[in-house]
Amino acid sequence: MALKTDDLRVYYQTLKGDVKALDGASFTLEDGEIMGLAGESGCGKSTLAKSLILLKPPMKYVEGRVRLDGEELPIWDDEKMNSFRYKNVSIIPQYAMNAMNPTRKIGKMVKELLKSRGISPGEKRDELEHRLDLVDLTRDVLSMYPIELSGGMKQRMVMVISSLLDPSLLMADEITSALDVSTQKAVSEMLVEFRDKDFIKSLIFITHDISILYQIADSITVMYAGKLVERAPTEEITGRPLHPYTKLLISSLPKIGAKYTEEKLEGIPGKPPELLEPPEGCRFKNRCPKKEEECDEEPPFREVSPGHKVACWKVKKDVS
Amino acid sequence: MKRYFSRKVFIYILTFFLAVTIDWLVPRFMPGNPVQNMLSRASIQSDAAEVMRGYYTKAFGLDVPLWQQYLNFWQAIFHGDLGVSVYMFPEKVTNVIFRAVPYDLALLVPSVLLSWIAGNKFGAFAARSRWLDNTILPITYLLRATPYMWLAILMAWSLGIVWGIFPISGAYSFSMQPSFSFAFLVSFLRHWFLPFASLFIVQFGGWAIGMRNMIIYELEEDYSHYLESLGAPRSLVRKYAFRNAMLPQITGLALRLGQVVAGALATEIVFSYPGIGYLLLQAINNQDYFLIQGCFLFIVIGVLLANFIIDVVYVIVDPRTRQGMEGT
Ligand SMILES: Nc1ncnc2c1ncn2[C@@H]1O[C@H](COP(=O)(O)OP(=O)(O)OP(=O)(O)O)[C@@H](O)[C@H]1O
Ligand code: SF4
Ligand SMILES: [Mg+2]
Repeated sequence: MALKTDDLRVYYQTLKGDVKALDGASFTLEDGEIMGLAGESGCGKSTLAKSLILLKPPMKYVEGRVRLDGEELPIWDDEKMNSFRYKNVSIIPQYAMNAMNPTRKIGKMVKELLKSRGISPGEKRDELEHRLDLVDLTRDVLSMYPIELSGGMKQRMVMVISSLLDPSLLMADEITSALDVSTQKAVSEMLVEFRDKDFIKSLIFITHDISILYQIADSITVMYAGKLVERAPTEEITGRPLHPYTKLLISSLPKIGAKYTEEKLEGIPGKPPELLEPPEGCRFKNRCPKKEEECDEEPPFREVSPGHKVACWKVKKDVS
Repeated sequence: MKRYFSRKVFIYILTFFLAVTIDWLVPRFMPGNPVQNMLSRASIQSDAAEVMRGYYTKAFGLDVPLWQQYLNFWQAIFHGDLGVSVYMFPEKVTNVIFRAVPYDLALLVPSVLLSWIAGNKFGAFAARSRWLDNTILPITYLLRATPYMWLAILMAWSLGIVWGIFPISGAYSFSMQPSFSFAFLVSFLRHWFLPFASLFIVQFGGWAIGMRNMIIYELEEDYSHYLESLGAPRSLVRKYAFRNAMLPQITGLALRLGQVVAGALATEIVFSYPGIGYLLLQAINNQDYFLIQGCFLFIVIGVLLANFIIDVVYVIVDPRTRQGMEGT
């Protein structure tokens, strides 16, 4: 397996106390797998991605282990982590539109970045150009400043940069939310192609648009208020969602191809809990239609059928 | 690019036009008769006064219609003729101004440049060192918050009067004539030091704080986080942050250099240093309208030129402005 996290906890330190944005995430990601990560805004998706590559204040490592390709990822140690960054783990950040230094020509920035990582830019030149072709960018972009590129072009450029060293794990955070529908699809498919061509081994694809996941993800993981609530292969979770939250999430989608946004989620009454002092027990309980007494205790994230994990007391193993 | 510059040039010309018009209006619409005012201030004998009255009435052209006066004023400007000073009669205003300018330059150019270089270096350094950030920077804040006048007077009083290390009046000893002798140079430098140092100190604080804040801001920008995520070493992240933080500092520098021609009024007053600022004060005290007009005109031209240069420099150093130009 490519990635295995074990009870990963990462909080934000604030003046009011710790914001428990990622509170015990355990999952594994197979080689070649594309995992979609979905959930409402603020549920901790980016926190999960950032903890795996650049965990710096105000983020605070609390506990948990991460293994990548059988090796321990020292995510709590900024110095040690550095040799893994880019080469083993890489990210297309949520802010990809502003990810490039505005006052450097893109080609020059890439060169300086590679050099600083001890890689000769000349060696990567052909590969870089090849990948630009793949994402439909002309080579001229290398002599341009970021501001001269459209949003979609910037997004694709960052995609090429982030995956240039063939990282084992790539995390794409919300890469489609700033794009129009047709570009969204094209960009997502390019990432699948990157996986198919073995540029990257596995991919965590974070998105607001769960319908895009139907098309590209092998598995989907749903987060709620800092916790993983359900994880299963794509067909399984879309056809047979088990967690009450996932059910509401999927049924609140008008139809495939439509985008869910925060407004549409208001179909689920109530709001996610405050992560500064989250309630005891199941974090979904104040909105859950099926809530019972036992929900005051925290439901374990357990496997209910092969490859299908759920964190809910009301989902029994024998559900069929 | 061309459109951008032609628009800019148009704005500059318009500003210049307005500034000159105001410069022309002020003495004309001030209460009282400027010529009479000048003559009574100058308090010279009646026959000389008659000569001057004749000269000034003609020079102001008060006998021709207003529009004619206005056109004449423009014509004179293009001939580089700013009239004759009352207070230093019969010297030409241009000569009086050009005599003051070297003192401004000697005082301000080094203080602006050196404080800029040192302040930026120090600010960038402080952004990196928690220790400096916690010790020297607060002092810099204190210095910056100190009213300049107060600081200058304090320096003049302590170093000039109490300890008597430096002279505090004029640009060189009253007993000397400007020459290229060693003795004159020493006298000049001794007179120059306090005004220079007072200017250096306040400006240093400003640049250092600005630089430190800008770098810290740039280090929190998305592009910095991206580089860090990809494992770029601190040196590269810092280099980019420094470069981008320099952009507003360059603008600031150009602006300051543009104001050099305006002199440093407060400094020149405290230390009686004979630059444009001091000259302007003298002109105002003596109601020397031509000299006031001349000083203002000189300052306006200097500031406009400097701003234009900033625009050009900025286009060269910041690609974002280039994009903006093509977009409009
Ligand atoms: N710097 C920070 N300081 C304090 N709290 C933070 C900080 N960044 C994020 N949080 C909190 O952590 C929680 C998770 O944030 P995160 O950015 O991971 O959410 P997300 O799922 O990526 O949301 P989105 O879909 O809006 O990107 C949120 O409740 C947010 O308020
Ligand atoms: S554990 Fe209880 S509250 Fe939580 S989702 Fe299941 S039924 Fe709802
Ligand atoms: Mg996010």
